[in-house]
Amino acid sequence: MSILHTVNKSPFEKNNLESCLRYAKPGSAVLLIEDGIYAALVGTTFEKEVAAAMEELNFYCLGPDMKARGFSAGDKIEGIKMVDYAGFVDLTVEYDKVQAWL
Amino acid sequence: MIKKCLYVNRRAPYGTSYALEAIDAVLIGAAFDQDISLLFIDDGLYQLKKDQDTTEVEIKNFSPAYRAFEMYDVEKIYVSEEAMAARSLKKRDLVVDVEVLSDSKIKDLMDEHDVIFSF
Repeated sequence: MSILHTVNKSPFEKNNLESCLRYAKPGSAVLLIEDGIYAALVGTTFEKEVAAAMEELNFYCLGPDMKARGFSAGDKIEGIKMVDYAGFVDLTVEYDKVQAWL
Repeated sequence: MIKKCLYVNRRAPYGTSYALEAIDAVLIGAAFDQDISLLFIDDGLYQLKKDQDTTEVEIKNFSPAYRAFEMYDVEKIYVSEEAMAARSLKKRDLVVDVEVLSDSKIKDLMDEHDVIFSF
């Protein structure tokens, strides 16, 4: 059983990324959406934490939410995959269930 | 009577409606000829990020409004140096020209104003 975790809040403001990383099992996926995409950016104070978590978890970010906030593929931490809405749907199918960290 | 008003923005755009509502409030203040300053701290800094493109999320991109503030004599825009560093953002990443302040300068800024509006 593998879970797709979605995180939709900024790590600077809320601790749901932290909670997600605490409970996500190796092999599961984290999809950063809405204000959650700020965790995907290179150079922030959260980069290390995310990079460390990437050793066991598959990280994705939602492209439309990145672009809305002024960031592009080149601004994300290397290894995080950017998906579009269709890719989001594919991920929900690929994983057994979705856990939304709100 | 003209008051010195400081609008403190500390939320990211789009995730909540704070940023958009702050813009409305600033324009109302400007219409009443108040002496307006804008301060962006914490995630509020992300409101000023260049290249916002909301086409795919189907939300109105309100970031051009910050560039229009100048026409309403809203020209004092301050950002937190600490917030910039934590997010790896530089002045050139922002849509408007800003003055970068240290946290201690921001304390003074808050002291200097008659009214503080928080968003």
